[in-house]
Amino acid sequence: MLEVKNLAKSYQKDKPALTDISFKIDPGNFVAIIGPSGAGKTTILRSLNQLIKDDAGEILLDGEDIRSANKKELRKLRRQIGMIFQNYNLVERLTVLENVLHGRLGYKSTLAGVIGRYTEEEKREALDLLDKVGLSEFALQRCSELSGGQKQRVGIARALIQHPKVILCDEPIASLDPASAQNVMKLLKELTEEFNIICIANLHQIDLAKEHADQIIGIRHGQMIFNDTADKLSKDAIAELYGTSAAKELA
Amino acid sequence: MKQPKVTAASYLGKKRLVQSGVLALIAGIYAIGCYILQFDTIQGTLSIPKAFAWLAINFMPTQSSMSYLPQIMEKLFDTVLMSIASVVVAAVIAIFFAILGSKVTGINKFMQVLVRGIASFFRNIPLVAWAMILLFSFKQSNFTGFLALLLMTIGFLIRAFMEIIEDEAGEAMMALKATGASYFQVIFQAVIPQIIPSLISWILYMIENNVRDATLVGILTGTGIGFIFDIYYKSFRFDAAGMTVLSIIVVVIGLETLSNQIRKVIL
Ligand SMILES: Nc1ncnc2c1ncn2[C@@H]1O[C@H](COP(=O)(O)OP(=O)(O)O)[C@@H](O)[C@H]1O
Ligand SMILES: [Mg+2]
Repeated sequence: MLEVKNLAKSYQKDKPALTDISFKIDPGNFVAIIGPSGAGKTTILRSLNQLIKDDAGEILLDGEDIRSANKKELRKLRRQIGMIFQNYNLVERLTVLENVLHGRLGYKSTLAGVIGRYTEEEKREALDLLDKVGLSEFALQRCSELSGGQKQRVGIARALIQHPKVILCDEPIASLDPASAQNVMKLLKELTEEFNIICIANLHQIDLAKEHADQIIGIRHGQMIFNDTADKLSKDAIAELYGTSAAKELA
Repeated sequence: MKQPKVTAASYLGKKRLVQSGVLALIAGIYAIGCYILQFDTIQGTLSIPKAFAWLAINFMPTQSSMSYLPQIMEKLFDTVLMSIASVVVAAVIAIFFAILGSKVTGINKFMQVLVRGIASFFRNIPLVAWAMILLFSFKQSNFTGFLALLLMTIGFLIRAFMEIIEDEAGEAMMALKATGASYFQVIFQAVIPQIIPSLISWILYMIENNVRDATLVGILTGTGIGFIFDIYYKSFRFDAAGMTVLSIIVVVIGLETLSNQIRKVIL
């Protein structure tokens, strides 16, 4: 279980980016974080794996506090947390297979990782995962040759090979065409259930959030103003999040 | 819809006014500059065709200049090798410093400032000054020329490599860091593979550039192609000097074509 208590962060004095964020998520749940641009969604996600050092609060993954971990412990915790990005963040010049195997680096000795030595088992698993995300025939192609939707599925395979408890997705479909976006959302939702993991996605599209997410967290000006199951997200709640005019457009 | 405060017509009018003002200012600076330097624009312009005619007649290689070709080629070959060596060594040193100093891979703020300082120090001392300074310690030798090129190239490449790392490696780095990869794993698995094409592109560019610069350095350090150009020139063998310049141009263009081909393949 992932538990966040009273998380706070400000980049500049007296301008809080997050104030008092608290929520709990159980395994197997797909959670969407929604809210206007600049609300603090990215800051929340990056605090969860400590790419951003927040100011106060607690982040407990199965009881372990990631915020108080030292360097070595942090590496160990991070490998349990996969991350997926709007721009895929792949090493474009390397092959699809190599990019997936990067998800194993946290488990390897520094030297083995530096020279890119992976076990046969790891390679087999990478190929299996590529099969799962529908990219088995692309394993030896360079990532730069793939389409956006395919790149994002490489990103998903890279996260899965970490054997994560949590996958964090920062605007995973914002750069994709509608059809690919639907595919990626469906895939994430399926994998969340199949592997019984926690998946948290920052999303722009409220309709997609309502369609796929089990739980929705609404953020505005760094504050959590909604946290409930997707069917409870009413027009009023949307209006409170985005302002009335936006709610009308969306309705 | 709110009406924009500035209409298109008044905006364009203002833009034109600013443009005319800037033009007038440049013309003014030029006029004052000519006055101070006692440079007569008309006289100067008129002498250009004459100067070129003189150059064409005196520096045009003739049939007999061909006999200098083996000597020129030998020196040119030395010069190209020296440029390649200086760039390769500089690149190895520069990548190390660039990783230490870039905003995304840098160890700490202090190192970032230090590396930026070193790079701009080496880059901003003109090549000629480097050569003159090094002449004191290393006398007229190939090594002096090599060192002068090396130091300047290091300055350029550190700066270029840092910018490449910051522009091209940040996103992939973040992804690998998030998987729990260690610093060195991130450098070797994300940063280096991601930046290699731009790296090679810069290395090729610096090799071309250094062949040109090596000519100048050679005049000062008494080595390579610059040295024989200097000798031909001072002994009034202008046709041989012209032949030398022509050979340099051919080699530089050849190198440029070759590196463009290499770029096409790797990018
Ligand atoms: N590195 C940073 N330095 C200063 N301010 C930042 C930085 N990153 C984000 N912010 C600010 O923090 C707030 C939240 O940003 P972010 O978490 O990126 O929002 P979202 O992802 O919801 O669009 C914004 O006001 C943004 O301007
Ligand atoms: Mg964001």
